[in-house]
Amino acid sequence: MSARLLFDVSRPGRRAWHLPAPEVADRDPAADLDADLLRKTPPGLPEVSELDLVRHYTRLSRLNIAITTSFYPLGSCTMKYNPVINEQVASLPGFADLHPGADASDAQGTLEVWWRLERILAEVSGLPAISLQPSAGAQGEFTALLVAQAHFEAQGEERHIVLIPDTAHGTNPASVAMAGLTPRVVASGDDGLVDLAALEAALDEVGDDVAAMMITNPNTLGLFETDITAIADRLHACGALLYIDGANLNAILGRTRPGDWGADMMHFNLHKTFSTPHGGGGPGSGPIGVTEELAVFLPVPRVVRGEDGRFSVTSDAPESIGRVRSNFGNFGMWVRALTYALRHGAEGLRRIADHAVLNANYLRARLSDAYYVPHNRTCMHEFVATSRHQREHGVKAGDIAKCLIDHGIHPPTISFPIPEALMIEPTETESKETLDEFVEAMEAIAALAASDPDACRAAPTTTPVGRLDEVRAVRSPCLCAPISE
Amino acid sequence: MPYVPHTPEDVREMLEVVGAESLDALFEDIPEGLRLDALDLDSGLSEEDTLRVMGDLAAANHAGGADFLGGGIEHHLIPRVVDEVQGRSEFWTAYTPYQPEASQGTLAAFFEFQTMIARLCGMDVAQSSLYDGAGAVVEAVVFAVKVTDRSTVWLGGGLSPETRRVVATVTAHMDLTVRTWPLGPDGRSLAPGTDGAPTLDDSAACLVVASPNDLGVIEDLAPFAEAAHAAGAMAVAVAHPLTLGVLAPPGDCGFDVAVGDGQTLGVPPQFGGPGFGFFACREDQVRSMPGRIVGETIDGEGRRGFVLTFQTREQHIRREKATSNICTNNALMALRGAVHMAALGPEGLAETGRRMYTMGHETADRVFALDGYGPACSAPFFHEFLVRCPGGADGAQAVHDALTSAGVRVGAPLADRGAGFADCLRICATEATRVADIDTLVAGLEEAQA
Repeated sequence: MSARLLFDVSRPGRRAWHLPAPEVADRDPAADLDADLLRKTPPGLPEVSELDLVRHYTRLSRLNIAITTSFYPLGSCTMKYNPVINEQVASLPGFADLHPGADASDAQGTLEVWWRLERILAEVSGLPAISLQPSAGAQGEFTALLVAQAHFEAQGEERHIVLIPDTAHGTNPASVAMAGLTPRVVASGDDGLVDLAALEAALDEVGDDVAAMMITNPNTLGLFETDITAIADRLHACGALLYIDGANLNAILGRTRPGDWGADMMHFNLHKTFSTPHGGGGPGSGPIGVTEELAVFLPVPRVVRGEDGRFSVTSDAPESIGRVRSNFGNFGMWVRALTYALRHGAEGLRRIADHAVLNANYLRARLSDAYYVPHNRTCMHEFVATSRHQREHGVKAGDIAKCLIDHGIHPPTISFPIPEALMIEPTETESKETLDEFVEAMEAIAALAASDPDACRAAPTTTPVGRLDEVRAVRSPCLCAPISE
Repeated sequence: MPYVPHTPEDVREMLEVVGAESLDALFEDIPEGLRLDALDLDSGLSEEDTLRVMGDLAAANHAGGADFLGGGIEHHLIPRVVDEVQGRSEFWTAYTPYQPEASQGTLAAFFEFQTMIARLCGMDVAQSSLYDGAGAVVEAVVFAVKVTDRSTVWLGGGLSPETRRVVATVTAHMDLTVRTWPLGPDGRSLAPGTDGAPTLDDSAACLVVASPNDLGVIEDLAPFAEAAHAAGAMAVAVAHPLTLGVLAPPGDCGFDVAVGDGQTLGVPPQFGGPGFGFFACREDQVRSMPGRIVGETIDGEGRRGFVLTFQTREQHIRREKATSNICTNNALMALRGAVHMAALGPEGLAETGRRMYTMGHETADRVFALDGYGPACSAPFFHEFLVRCPGGADGAQAVHDALTSAGVRVGAPLADRGAGFADCLRICATEATRVADIDTLVAGLEEAQA
């Protein structure tokens, strides 16, 4: 059954919710304001009862695969369990109802959350200065690039190029372009790692013009960049900065720190590493960490702890890049991340990395017969398999993904970072039994690909709708429900 | 350890399958000199102890009561059904719907959200959320620059200083000229064609006007759209969604783009984030829109379904040529907004707008009846207004501090708007404001004067 929309059940005059009775006589804006300023026809919002709403959204929710319904090994997205305590803490009225314009004397608890989370991220990253302002990872990347530009400007320099490995997330080059810089791709070596020779060649050619290199470490193939300090040294020798995309930080929590590699800047994804929920596509939170030297350029406002232990907010930072969003950041995500960090403590955070890496390696070891694994050696939190064996039968990565949906499992990330990839990240919160079920499903799909490839190409068949016509969605766009007569 | 399910036996068995001797052995790719012994953090806490620590922090805040804070983030009544829907974990623990057959719930909900936002704004189409209102203004500016291939951006002086700073920061390296359209003494943007009003030339990409503006004043929007179009520029309106049951929507005023902050639609203030931003425009510019867009289509059997569409605009495909770098947006907050809009319906939306207007004017009448307090703007306002305090900037600060001590929350003096407003405080009333709150405010203002 395909989804029925609220507009389909709307009836004129039906209402789900009413205001309290007025305490003073309602004034009619139409009596005060020129007619030109007033709305002439009411907006076509749904007219439904509260039960209509609850039933509609409950039905819709059941059309989703989510972490709470199923295994969700979406690579590079770190779809770990989102603890329920996080949600309960975030909804405490003291946090939820506090207005960003509140006087600091009314906001001491919230400002302490801000300050404590900064200290924890600084310890985890080895980068001493943190800004929690960016709304999501991509905004964190962009903010850090502005910090880099401010750093060069302060030195009387202008640099234009940012080096990016070919396995980088798409947000990296997009953020570079937004910052008015030019991305230049550095090819990976056969081992899946940054090719030092290629990097050196690029630096020899344009080193004076390189502002930074953005590296995801562990990279999107799930491999640790073993030359990371050499990379940092080469960049620093040219006066360039090393930026770490922290999308994959879950793999290394408590095991190693970007600041110790020589990184100058990084971003965190609280919605990945620190378990704040993915929300069907956000909200996230993308704090950045930088070295002491770069701290003066961080966005304002910043939180400060006074000698008396009281917290305040300051925008007094003449070298700051400014601000990249309204207010302070996604506080609702900070409070969840702090809750999560307090629950785990030092040993618990490290245990996260240990078990995330164990789970990924277990799946890699068990799946590397049925599926081709191009870098079949110890991986970090994720690994990449491909459809090479299945392609012999005409079955592609996308088909394998659709087959997994019929097994009730959310597919891995597909076709990234290499063609026909299945990028698998199990996370630390999944049990061995769940991983075994996934292996069985993947083996069954591999067998089906050999015996009945047409069946693979017809999947999914158990879902409310089958494969959807994406070409039609572009050629004859329908982005809004039509107004009914 | 919390949330990690493995027994020691599981770990042993799994290491054996992997062929590793220990967990440490899995990290041998990390060069020896870079390995960390231990993080310098406290030990983990039980659930109870964590609740106690976080509960104490929440209790250290003072929220609620006679709270008249505004300036973009506002206190509104939130139908309980909004929390119920957000609480469905199938929504909040899913991610971006890359696999449509496994995500029809999220996709259908965003198709409805887009529809409701477009209709609210009087526009043809909307996308499925941005980070916040300021970010939506930035995206609108970047959009207009790309669509018109021009480089001068006119921001109305009625946009908040914060929004203008965000635009300045984010576009710093985009080779744009950002100019300000001046405000008149009544608090409205100078009407096009009047004394002192700028004339746009053929370098103008867009003119961005907020209504109600940052001073609370309702702008007469239509002439700004005409002025923008006369110069071949795009007209961008920054709208307040809960006023749009009463006020003419940007689309009806001839605007090309409507953006704004969606926090007032079902999202608690939570210190200003997360809320969501919205973006609506005309159908012919769909391909230049930023962020995620959901479209309707059919499957092989002709059944209706929904997909992320126009993905070739986006960073994961287009990389440095994308229309925006946005990836994760603010989906769950937009879902709250959709449920709130549907719970209100057209009549509830209009009623809410009228109540905001009523409470705003009731509050203003009582405040301005006090000796020494007067309006800063003479143009009509909706539900938020500025009050000029006796004693200049110092006087305003003293009034603010006295109110804060008395548990009445109003905005700090508007020093960031320039000297002309340094003696002004911002007061925002909504449908959540009670007469008892106004009594407390008025008593506090009288007390501060005494």
